[in-house]
Amino acid sequence: MEETPTDDLREEVLAAFAAELGDGLLESYIRPGNDLWIRVTRDAWPELASVAQRKLGFTFFDFLSAIDWLPSPFARDMDSQEDLAVHGRDEKAPTPMTQGYAGGDTRLQVFARLLSMSRQMGITCKVDVPDDDPSVPTWSSTFAGANWHERETCEMYGIDFPGHPNLIKLYLPGAFEGHPLRKDFPLLARRVKPWPGIVDVEPMPGNDDAEADA
Amino acid sequence: MTVTDSQKLAYVAAQAADARVNLEFETDDGMTLNMGPQHPATHGTLRIIAKLDGEQVVSCEPLPGYMHRGYEKLCEVRTYPQVTALVNRIDWLGSFANEVPFILAAEELMGIEAPPRAQHIRTILFELSRVANISLFLGDLGIQLGGLTIGFYAFRDREHVLNQIEAVTGGRFHPNFDRIGGLKDDLPKGWIAETHTAMQKLRDFCNQAEDLLIGNEIFQARTRGVGIIPPEVALSYGLSGPNLRGSGVEWDLRKHACPKGLAYDKVDWKVWTHPDGDSFSRCWIRLQETREATKIVDQLLDTIPAGPVMAKVPRIIKVPEGEAYVETENPLGAMGYYVVSKGDLVPFRVKIRSASFNNVSIVPWVTRGVLVPDVISILASLYFILGDIDR
Repeated sequence: MEETPTDDLREEVLAAFAAELGDGLLESYIRPGNDLWIRVTRDAWPELASVAQRKLGFTFFDFLSAIDWLPSPFARDMDSQEDLAVHGRDEKAPTPMTQGYAGGDTRLQVFARLLSMSRQMGITCKVDVPDDDPSVPTWSSTFAGANWHERETCEMYGIDFPGHPNLIKLYLPGAFEGHPLRKDFPLLARRVKPWPGIVDVEPMPGNDDAEADA
Repeated sequence: MTVTDSQKLAYVAAQAADARVNLEFETDDGMTLNMGPQHPATHGTLRIIAKLDGEQVVSCEPLPGYMHRGYEKLCEVRTYPQVTALVNRIDWLGSFANEVPFILAAEELMGIEAPPRAQHIRTILFELSRVANISLFLGDLGIQLGGLTIGFYAFRDREHVLNQIEAVTGGRFHPNFDRIGGLKDDLPKGWIAETHTAMQKLRDFCNQAEDLLIGNEIFQARTRGVGIIPPEVALSYGLSGPNLRGSGVEWDLRKHACPKGLAYDKVDWKVWTHPDGDSFSRCWIRLQETREATKIVDQLLDTIPAGPVMAKVPRIIKVPEGEAYVETENPLGAMGYYVVSKGDLVPFRVKIRSASFNNVSIVPWVTRGVLVPDVISILASLYFILGDIDR
């Protein structure tokens, strides 16, 4: 199998991060031959950046953003029309909040991706963001490119980045209230008008023999 | 009552945004110059506020957001097949290339692989959108630097590529042709020979661009040694694509980390780098890349395997729970989608990593201390599409 050598590569990188960060590294996940996820404590977040850049060769800054793991509190009206056709209009049972790869304890998580050109592999780094103090130390002093990404994350998720030189809004108007990418921020367009995409729901030609009759 | 500088600046900015002209305003500590929100090459609406000391730029801050359409939020209420219609509009000059990484990420989560023929045609269309995109860049480069002729040639010759894309997909700008598990349709009859001809025309266009523009004395004087980005800085800002290779870093996702589902391993071409890191090198790399892309297309056209263009996929696509990040080398640079699925019909979260966002975030750094006309050539050489910054 071709997956074995690349798997070793990721195990080795993970071991190197574990050695550098010690207790700062909380959890990790490897998809063999494909990708690596790690989750660190908030205190170890800036250290992770400098270790990755200066010691382990992850010099390319890909992106930084956040995830809101809260299941959408809005019922079917926010779902796509095809979703409605499949599941009906009944209320969904509220799904429990589960975090993705490398686990997590909080609703909000900041994640970033770095790339090592010598190893030709990427790594996704995650950090938990507590609800009562949504802030994560900035990466912008290590990776200059994180500057804009943190500004975007700040306005979209309401996460503060202490140490950031210029944490002003990037896209939204200055007086905008709320954090649009949080799951509890409704998509207002769907509220005022049903999505016109519903008229497009028609069987695909050639594929409709079995399902159309059912 | 005294009026502060910031109040004056706010007034000027509001005026400029309304009047849509470039305004200058003098304050005690120099002059503030507002550029935009128009872009001369209609790549979108970007506004730039530069503080000047005489002819020199003290600070220069791009203000994006005029075209922010909230695709990341919209993706959360669209089913997976519907998302491609949205993300088509991110980099509108190379639309097909926007669809591919999202489709590949969904395929990876579902464990589906497109048949070899679909992978081949996908790669051909990917490269065609690169040729269409970058040939227009070469034209717009001339327009922005005062050489209009090449602009007309670019629009003329890009048409050959768009015609080929239209013949397959039915769409000139927004093909929406890529599907999870393959492609919507097969190639039309006679398309391969026509595309060979079109590629030859584009190679001729590249030669023309080299003669008219890249080799031009004035062009060289305005770009050589201007806006130098060292490789470490380029990496820490996450510059990608020709901007990164123009700084001498040999990194091309097609060659070095090609995701599954594209046929780049079956062709032979060269990754060009330039050691200078200035505006000229970035433009020169793009010219070479267009030539290489036409070669890739030619090679792929001759080796298209037979077979179906669509794998067996369920009619209603539910993507199993998981996370996947796939990025590809798009015309503008590395573009990736971080897709989080909860096993539903719609993605739970889609993070769109677009190339221009990182490429433009370096503008404040690279324009410090340059002269005002150099700002134009630096912005032109960084090459961004506003839809790709704002998403």
